[in-house]
Amino acid sequence: MKKILTSLALVGLVAVGIGSAGTWAIAAEEAHNAAAPTHFPIHEPKEMDWSFTGPFGTYDKAQLQRGLKVYKEVCAACHSMNMVAFRTLSDLGYSDAQIKTLSAEYTIHDGPNDAGDMFDRPGKPSDHFPPPFANDEAAAASNGGAAPPDMSLLAKARGVERGFPQFVFDIFTQYDAGGPDYIHSLLTGYNETPPAGMVIPEGTHYNPYFMSGVSLKMPNPLSDGQVTYDDGAPQTVDQYSRDVSAFLMWAAEPHMEDRKKTGFRVLVFLLLFGALVYLTKRKVWEGVAH
Amino acid sequence: MSEGHSTYTPKTGLGRWFDARMPLPRLVYDSFVAYPVPRNLNYAWTFGGILSIMLVAQILTGIVLAMHYTADTNLAFGSVEKIMRDVNSGWLLRYMHSNGASFFFVAVYIHIFRGLYYGSYKAPRELLWILGCIIYLLMMATGFMGYVLPWGQMSFWGATVITGFFSAIPLVGDWIQQLLLGGFAVDNPTLNRFFALHYLLPFMIAGVVVLHIWALHVVGQSNPTGIEVKSKTDTVAFTPYATIKDAFGMIVFLFFFAYFVFYLPNYLGHPDNYIVANPLKTPAHIVPEWYFLPFYAILRAITFNVGPINSKLGGVLCMFGAIVMLFLVPWLDTSKVRSAVYRPWYKLFFWLFVADAILLGWLGSQPAEGSYVFMAQMATLFYFAFFLIALPVLGLIETPRRLPNSITEAVLEKNKGGSGHPAGATAAPETKG
Repeated sequence: MKKILTSLALVGLVAVGIGSAGTWAIAAEEAHNAAAPTHFPIHEPKEMDWSFTGPFGTYDKAQLQRGLKVYKEVCAACHSMNMVAFRTLSDLGYSDAQIKTLSAEYTIHDGPNDAGDMFDRPGKPSDHFPPPFANDEAAAASNGGAAPPDMSLLAKARGVERGFPQFVFDIFTQYDAGGPDYIHSLLTGYNETPPAGMVIPEGTHYNPYFMSGVSLKMPNPLSDGQVTYDDGAPQTVDQYSRDVSAFLMWAAEPHMEDRKKTGFRVLVFLLLFGALVYLTKRKVWEGVAH
Repeated sequence: MSEGHSTYTPKTGLGRWFDARMPLPRLVYDSFVAYPVPRNLNYAWTFGGILSIMLVAQILTGIVLAMHYTADTNLAFGSVEKIMRDVNSGWLLRYMHSNGASFFFVAVYIHIFRGLYYGSYKAPRELLWILGCIIYLLMMATGFMGYVLPWGQMSFWGATVITGFFSAIPLVGDWIQQLLLGGFAVDNPTLNRFFALHYLLPFMIAGVVVLHIWALHVVGQSNPTGIEVKSKTDTVAFTPYATIKDAFGMIVFLFFFAYFVFYLPNYLGHPDNYIVANPLKTPAHIVPEWYFLPFYAILRAITFNVGPINSKLGGVLCMFGAIVMLFLVPWLDTSKVRSAVYRPWYKLFFWLFVADAILLGWLGSQPAEGSYVFMAQMATLFYFAFFLIALPVLGLIETPRRLPNSITEAVLEKNKGGSGHPAGATAAPETKG
């Protein structure tokens, strides 16, 4: 056993050695010019405290409701959320009646009816959030050539690479907020001024937290006081960003609470069962030298 | 080990009736109850059993997922999301299946490295080893095609890159690529045939597993000393001894598996695969699943032409060559001693090889630029040197440590408290567990 551990340690040391030498060499390569960075994002996402991280994480319902409000009043003007049905908003603490009212605020294009005509009707809880544009082409045409991404899975579809050795630590800390951290950082990252000499393509906006370039087509969507909260939460860009990021995490992973709860039971069961099987194994092998 | 005579005696009338007509219970009894296993097997030997339950778990979750999945480029992504959101416990099935693939590979890599460490491939177990390599190849094909099914960005672009390898083959390359794709690019026909094959291949794996276990039961298990079983005292009965030990190994393994399924279900995946496939938009870095990364690093390490072989064909040849090496191991290793426990130099090279494989895996996840390329080239060189130089040469020049006369002697010597060993030379790997 000791030998195995020693060997493993040796392997680890060699790997770390080569790895850090490599990273160092690459860091040196990169350090040449702040105005023409080659690796994105320029700043790593800020790690925030989220109620849903960790083994016992749960969504903060009040926060999700605020996040929904930000989505409805700001993001939904351009971003669809095709995979989320109104009925699932019960996860946010809304009653059936509230969901009925909320879905009826939307107009759903449906049909054909018996006469073969398409028609508009108020939304029902079984409907999904309707998209702001008829199709991707229309979305692209209205947004400078790039269709705003669908938001249903955005919190799982974004995440800045963690790099070595951080990705090893992430296993133990159960870091699963790469998406929300990124979205929050991006939404709060518009106010920085680009370094002198940096070329920002026309029609794009500098954001050092953007993961695919120096700037993006989406302009700064949030400003202080833009969305009215009725629960007394601060009406700041930072708070809006946190709330909408948490909401998007829920939209992408609606069964997360259930998953973590089940997981805890499964692990406790395996631990107890494993202990019993281990004792049985000891008993069976007792007196058999091996 | 097959001593050619069965100790099974049916106790009931029905049992005797059955035994005279189709001795299936006898086969099960002889294979999983009375079957003698070396008494000194450590926990590295529990991975065969672990792999069996992973295969069964993958097939079971996979069949239920297939009931809800739609293999159509317009519907596939949405059908997977429907599984995640609306199907009862669909998220659990899907996360078990996707992480199950990863843990299947974790187990198979430990299983393969165990074979390399203890020389399990040496005569008379060459065929057993090769059947294992075939299973590994089938697993890679299954894993790759399974990753395409959710029709995310990495599904699409991974499929584009990997099927592109085949076009590097001279003369027939383009034809093979078009046959795989069902057209000139990854599209609906590709998705449909990959789904059909992804459903078929696991059953082929199960078939080869039967052959693998059959071959195992003919030659018997190797063990940490690498010395063949010589007498009855060297072995214990499979049940209860190996069954209970395997059961414990499985539970520990399932604990780690569950940790990922429930707490880090997307850790081993790529965020881009939650973006629906878009043939017009190439991701910044196309990265395959982690279990292919060492081979991906080898593929991209070949950035130069060698005579008539251009860098693309060279990369593909090296990548497939890296797998071919595994098939040749029984004949590349010239050592008369099986186990690394008694081979100090081989042991060192083995662990360097493990480090090299991990390094290649990490390099495979990094962009192929700057100093990464040089590091990948060095690591590739070492990968092949291990098989083509270290394995044959070490067997000829290395002086192995003194071997015990039998498994029983090794076990008793160890249980004396290591007094028979020079200081610091206790052969730990054989004592584990």
